[in-house]
Amino acid sequence: MTSVLYIPTDAAALAVGADEVAAAFQAEISRRGLDVQIVRTGSRGLFWLEPMIEINQDGGRIAYGPVEPDDVAGLLDAGLMLGGDHRLRLGPPDEIPYLKAQTRLTFARCGLVDPISVADYRAHGGYVGLDRALAMDATAIVDEVKLSGLRGRGGAGFPTGIKWNTVRLAVDNQKYIVCNADEGDSGTFADRMLMEGDPLSLVEGMTIAALAVGATKGFIYIRSEYPHAFAAMNRAILAATEAGYLGPSVAGSGHAFTIEARLGAGAYICGEETSLLESLEGRRGLVRAKPPLPALKGLFGKPTVVNNVMSLATVPWIMANGAQAYADFGMGRSRGTLPIQLAGNIKQGGLIETAFGLTLRQVLDQFGGGTATGRPIRAVQVGGPLGAYFPDRLFDTPMDYEAFAAVKGLIGHGGIVVFDDTVDLAHQARFAFEFCAQESCGKCTPCRIGATRGVETMDKVLSGVERAKNLELIDDLCQLMTEASLCAMGGLTPVPVLSAITHFPDDFNRAPLLAAAE
Amino acid sequence: MSGIETWSAARASEIIAGQQHLDGATLPILHALQHAFGYVDPQAVHLIADALNLSKAEVFGTISFYHDFRSKPAGRHVLKLCRAEACQAMGAVALHQHCRTRHGIDWHDTTPDGELTLEPVFCLGLCATAPAALLDDKPLARLTTGKIDAQIEGLSR
Repeated sequence: MTSVLYIPTDAAALAVGADEVAAAFQAEISRRGLDVQIVRTGSRGLFWLEPMIEINQDGGRIAYGPVEPDDVAGLLDAGLMLGGDHRLRLGPPDEIPYLKAQTRLTFARCGLVDPISVADYRAHGGYVGLDRALAMDATAIVDEVKLSGLRGRGGAGFPTGIKWNTVRLAVDNQKYIVCNADEGDSGTFADRMLMEGDPLSLVEGMTIAALAVGATKGFIYIRSEYPHAFAAMNRAILAATEAGYLGPSVAGSGHAFTIEARLGAGAYICGEETSLLESLEGRRGLVRAKPPLPALKGLFGKPTVVNNVMSLATVPWIMANGAQAYADFGMGRSRGTLPIQLAGNIKQGGLIETAFGLTLRQVLDQFGGGTATGRPIRAVQVGGPLGAYFPDRLFDTPMDYEAFAAVKGLIGHGGIVVFDDTVDLAHQARFAFEFCAQESCGKCTPCRIGATRGVETMDKVLSGVERAKNLELIDDLCQLMTEASLCAMGGLTPVPVLSAITHFPDDFNRAPLLAAAE
Repeated sequence: MSGIETWSAARASEIIAGQQHLDGATLPILHALQHAFGYVDPQAVHLIADALNLSKAEVFGTISFYHDFRSKPAGRHVLKLCRAEACQAMGAVALHQHCRTRHGIDWHDTTPDGELTLEPVFCLGLCATAPAALLDDKPLARLTTGKIDAQIEGLSR
């Protein structure tokens, strides 16, 4: 019998040598004349163990990692294909504490399946949700998503079912499903991992959304910084089309639905939904004023569902297992699971899908295992470049939309970036303004001009020039940007700035620079 | 890697014709042109405008809005270094300074021998293995100065 060796093709695994490991295995397998087939999968998201490879044993998997090309011969000598003992042997992946402590719903198949095989997808529970949706009417599908409590995972946390219902009720000859895969926040990679490791779940989620609202065409807008995800998504769309799950009659149901993947072009702002729509239409990514809502006048002026990858990819699980099963996870008004991404200066960075409610400290201690540099953690930024910098005394905040809002932070897309005690928060605050100046679409003045003024004023603070006066100016500027910006880019840039000033005041207390050349 | 063809208006028109049936075809066309030629030649502006029935200003505005599109050829290899927070937390600022000094170029510049172009990028989604970069289409992570120098030296010349 052919035995199977699983090696990830996830971009982060490739970045640490997964292709080189696969090539070394291929060469060694040929040389030894072994009957082993290599299957390329996504990643489980345990990135400090990548490249992490797996083999089949008694219906389960045994993992080894991190593997380097030099380890290949030794691993085969040790009986790798039979689960043999070796210093890199990690045992069954599900028993690795990092994975065992998680609740993998959206990511259940990621790292397990061949991402482009519809047969493998079905064998692991794929398309059960669609089968069920096809037997329901549109209202019932929307109700199911509403009952699950699913909220938009892109950052805003808007209830997905309510958005779908608005589009469902809109009357038009054309409706669209647009997937926002412009995951630009630093510290986030859940969308990328899913698109590379289990792209068919996104295809299925979009198809269910299409049935619910009566859309016939879908677009996935993927950032150009993710060339591997773009390629993986295109392969999956092709596979689903060939299997009859996309096209003029989805799974023989008579419902037509097709999906096209589109590439962004390096503009952070296009993660904002109206800017994304402008970009899809072929224009500059200028933010649109709302109303009208995209749900009523979205892509090409037609009713459009715009959802994040995580929201859409979670729908198949909800449809397959029922709304209540999903809603049973979580806390307060944050139901279900949140894919947390732990990154930056951390020993064990990776993807942690868990029910809402874990505290930041639990994530950092139980999963992270301290900083990569071995120094103490001084600050963490949660929610991307527009998220707050938190000090240790706020680490007991639970991961919940409302709890984070209460301490002037945001969960955003669930990214956590860890900094050790060498970080200078005044520099980070300056960077927040610099990033906004760089990436602002330029449509509204508070964001376009405010960000540049912010950089200039922060430079004065950094040089110790009239510190108190300039910090007051920053405060005033932040208030203006918060209240008068058109979208979250200008509106939330003050969050990292003000959190840095509030929680790390010492970093802003600089003595004036001595006259130069002394 | 991309950009193997020399600019030709006829070839550009062919590429445009191949994409113009798409809804909102501007970005796919620009990507296809940059893939073929390595940049979007300013002469393409009126070709795209004519094909899509847009004003030249609209097309030019779109090209200039997006960081990806270049108006002149890049070097034979493009190194995109991530400047976002997760990479900053792992020493990216010093790493980038090293690259700029070693190759004597600033962001968006190309080395005089036309070998390497340095571009900033904000997040490659490799944040748990920071600092990260994209060298042509090859993702690189857990970078050190030694590792990145070796990668660049290992490029086929």
